[in-house]
Amino acid sequence: MSSLHLAVLSPLLLAILIPFLHKYFKNIHTGWFLLPLPAVLFAYFLQFIGTTSHGGIVMETVAWISSLGIDFTLKVDGLGLLFALLITGIGALVVLYSIYYLNPDKEKLNTFYVYLLLFMGAMLGVVLSDNLIVLYTFWELTSFSSFLLIGYWNHRERSRYGAQKSMLITVFGGLSMLGGILMLYIITGTFSITETIQMSNEVVNHPLFTATLILFLLGAFTKSAQFPFHIWLPDAMEAPTPVSAYLHSATMVKAGIYLVARMTPVFAHSGTWVWLVAGVGVITLFWGSFSAVKQTDLKAILAFSTVSQLGMIMSLLGAGAAALHYGTIEDGYYIVAVTAAVFHLINHATFKGSLFMVTGIIDHETGTRDIRKLGGLMNFMPITFTLAIIGTFSMAGIPPFNGFLSKEMFFTGMLRVAEMDIFNMDTWGILFPIIAWTASVFTFLYSMMYVFKTFMGKYQPEKLEKKPHEAPIGMLISPVILASLVIIFGIFPNVLSHNIISPAMGSILPSLLGNGEGFDVHISHWHGPTAELFMTIGVITFGILLYKFMPKWAGIYSKLPSRMSFNRFYDRGLELLELTSKNITKSYMTGFIRTYLVYIFSFFILALASTLFFKNAFKLDLSDVAPIRFFEVVLVLIMAVSAITILFAKSRLTSIILLGAVGYTVALFFVLFRAPDLALTQLVIETVSVALFLLAFYHLPQIRRNEERIRFRATNALISIGVGAIVTMIALSAHSNKTFSSISEYYVENTYKKAGGENMVNVILVDFRGFDTMFEIAVLGIAALGIFAMIKLRLTRGRELDENK
Amino acid sequence: MKTNDIILQTVTKFTLFVIILFSIHLFFAGHYYPGGGFVGGLMTSGAIVLLLLAFDIKTVKSILPIDYIKMVAVGLLFAIGTGAGALFFDMPFLTHAYTYVDLPLLGKTSLHTAVLFDTGVFLVVIGVTMTIIQTIGESE
Repeated sequence: MSSLHLAVLSPLLLAILIPFLHKYFKNIHTGWFLLPLPAVLFAYFLQFIGTTSHGGIVMETVAWISSLGIDFTLKVDGLGLLFALLITGIGALVVLYSIYYLNPDKEKLNTFYVYLLLFMGAMLGVVLSDNLIVLYTFWELTSFSSFLLIGYWNHRERSRYGAQKSMLITVFGGLSMLGGILMLYIITGTFSITETIQMSNEVVNHPLFTATLILFLLGAFTKSAQFPFHIWLPDAMEAPTPVSAYLHSATMVKAGIYLVARMTPVFAHSGTWVWLVAGVGVITLFWGSFSAVKQTDLKAILAFSTVSQLGMIMSLLGAGAAALHYGTIEDGYYIVAVTAAVFHLINHATFKGSLFMVTGIIDHETGTRDIRKLGGLMNFMPITFTLAIIGTFSMAGIPPFNGFLSKEMFFTGMLRVAEMDIFNMDTWGILFPIIAWTASVFTFLYSMMYVFKTFMGKYQPEKLEKKPHEAPIGMLISPVILASLVIIFGIFPNVLSHNIISPAMGSILPSLLGNGEGFDVHISHWHGPTAELFMTIGVITFGILLYKFMPKWAGIYSKLPSRMSFNRFYDRGLELLELTSKNITKSYMTGFIRTYLVYIFSFFILALASTLFFKNAFKLDLSDVAPIRFFEVVLVLIMAVSAITILFAKSRLTSIILLGAVGYTVALFFVLFRAPDLALTQLVIETVSVALFLLAFYHLPQIRRNEERIRFRATNALISIGVGAIVTMIALSAHSNKTFSSISEYYVENTYKKAGGENMVNVILVDFRGFDTMFEIAVLGIAALGIFAMIKLRLTRGRELDENK
Repeated sequence: MKTNDIILQTVTKFTLFVIILFSIHLFFAGHYYPGGGFVGGLMTSGAIVLLLLAFDIKTVKSILPIDYIKMVAVGLLFAIGTGAGALFFDMPFLTHAYTYVDLPLLGKTSLHTAVLFDTGVFLVVIGVTMTIIQTIGESE
């Protein structure tokens, strides 16, 4: 167990202690116990920068299920480290924020922090695992802990709905991914990601490749809220704001991004991957930003904004993957998309985290998140306002914040997609920059809406529950730190480029690097008057125009019928699924035993008849048949007549007596076929059972007692004839197919010699095969006890009921 | 009106012993002639049923104060015990042994552990049949 393993598992270990800490230190907010852990982990992961920035990799293995190729292998490389730093860094800030956000008297803090720690550990496991099965394990743990956190206020109906929705969608994706992992294992024979990457050529040429790719992408798209699976994210906003800030903006939703980045070296050699990732990313980008504009809830705006930004990163990863087709690092013209993806990943985590915290503060201090009720808060909350300005301007892509830089690079990447001459990009690729630009206009629009509708305009005190005031200092620390990072990364972007971005790119595009090489990333503010700059100017101009004339054109949102929304599709789908399965179940689970017997017997006939038919098994061989004697014919006639008469008997008493007749005829057959023991037993048993039948008949209710004869039903007749025919056919074929002689010779010889008896039947029963007899008498005993219990227990229960009356 | 069952009861008193003797014969002859624990047990319970028909449950209970459920248990113990006995002689479960002994009155006779097993069957069958009949008879 290395220190790295300890680091990944430490949140899970601390989670065990949290309930005790919560119970025994009631005066201290439980969050304080938590806070040191992510901070220490952050510092711990920082020390890996020295290794990874030179392309180094730290790998540690602990044996888990080695026989199945599943080992707890952790690997720190550029990409994993970037995510680990995000998780622990933002984790620390979120914990600090939550200490001031959650009221220890009103909330169940112990469960909250246990879930949060579970999530943190799971997320670290996802990004650092090198074994796909371990990665999947942690992946599902993130889904579960996210489910618990979304449903944290489980007394609210919306919370439960949101939690269930996110669970269904992400677990659907997770299971698809598991399918992908298993297929990948079939192709490569290993679960190790590192080894899989080395075998990427075999993977691409394997017939299962496309299926594997799609299954992996389903996992990544559902987790990262890509179109059309984005619908769970807005509903996940029912979670407490620290959770939204942490899970649904900075970390969990980026797990899909991580997966795509991690698997890029394996899959990216195919056009399917590039088109799917980039295409879905761009559609998500557009749809998210377009939908964000119509929201009135601050968190909903941020949720759709997150969807849109994740789509942007995804599309950049897809476009960047195409760079793999251009050979070497010297040809680095197309690599800028990957740089932009990694850079924006960091930027998004900083500004979106701070914006969620700002939303939490507004919610906390005014009592509402509804944009229509808010306004004019600038004077009451100057610091929050400043933070919001920084966050939204960065999100909109306005200089000098970091969002500007990543947006410029995004445009560059998209323009280069249009120039590519692979995978038919030259025909349809032009759509990418156009959609990207339109989406950016909407991004600008909702960013402005967020900040100006909340903080500027008219103050509406009558609509607010409380009188707004500035948040406590503790709540402001985390967003201030994040906002400062926004500015620092905006002004000095190159502090990141060498240490963080370049090694992360090295993990995404390893095949482009020779030994000891690294990507030379340099982010600059000013490129000269390029197309990107004019696009940005266009975004700002159009954005401002649209914002100004919003009331005039906002009507188009109501034009889109609500029936077309994906939420409705999901809700109706679930309902339909439930209804259909209920109807299907109802249609065949009728509750009548008769119906079930019809199923059972029809299946019996079908299965046996088809076996007979397809195996060509029916055979009739009469060479071995004994001569038929007169008595046998008479007895068969008697038996057949009484058996058939049972069916047409009018009274039940007749049926019982006829049944007895059948039984005694069977006993006569035993006599005729020389089975005296059987005959004796059959006689006595038949007598007893007829007596019991008579008893049952005697106790029938008077009204139904003299019912008319059995009603004729065609299905019943058909099925019973079928069963009879099939059994006869099988018996005849079995008789004709005797392949070996009987073992009875042994018994004939040894009954006296070895067992000292002369009645062979009895010797077999008690000696040769006494084991069967032992359990048969046990069966009898159980039957007797059962009858005794049924009758006696019924009596006592009846008596109790009487007493209750 | 009280019926007088004097003929039935008197005939029963005589027949009972014949049936019981027959059933014991069936039981002991089992290893050499048709019969055995199962039919023997059924016949014995037939005799008791005849008693039940001629008299009533209370009387029969006072004549034969037997708990038939315990009888089932004892029978099962017999059967399993016979099987387990073989284990003490380092033989597989349910291995039977027999010898021929010259008894003073009966002459050359065979003695079987299988008879003990059959006794178990015999007791279980009586117990089961009587439990069923008695329980149903007593229920209202």
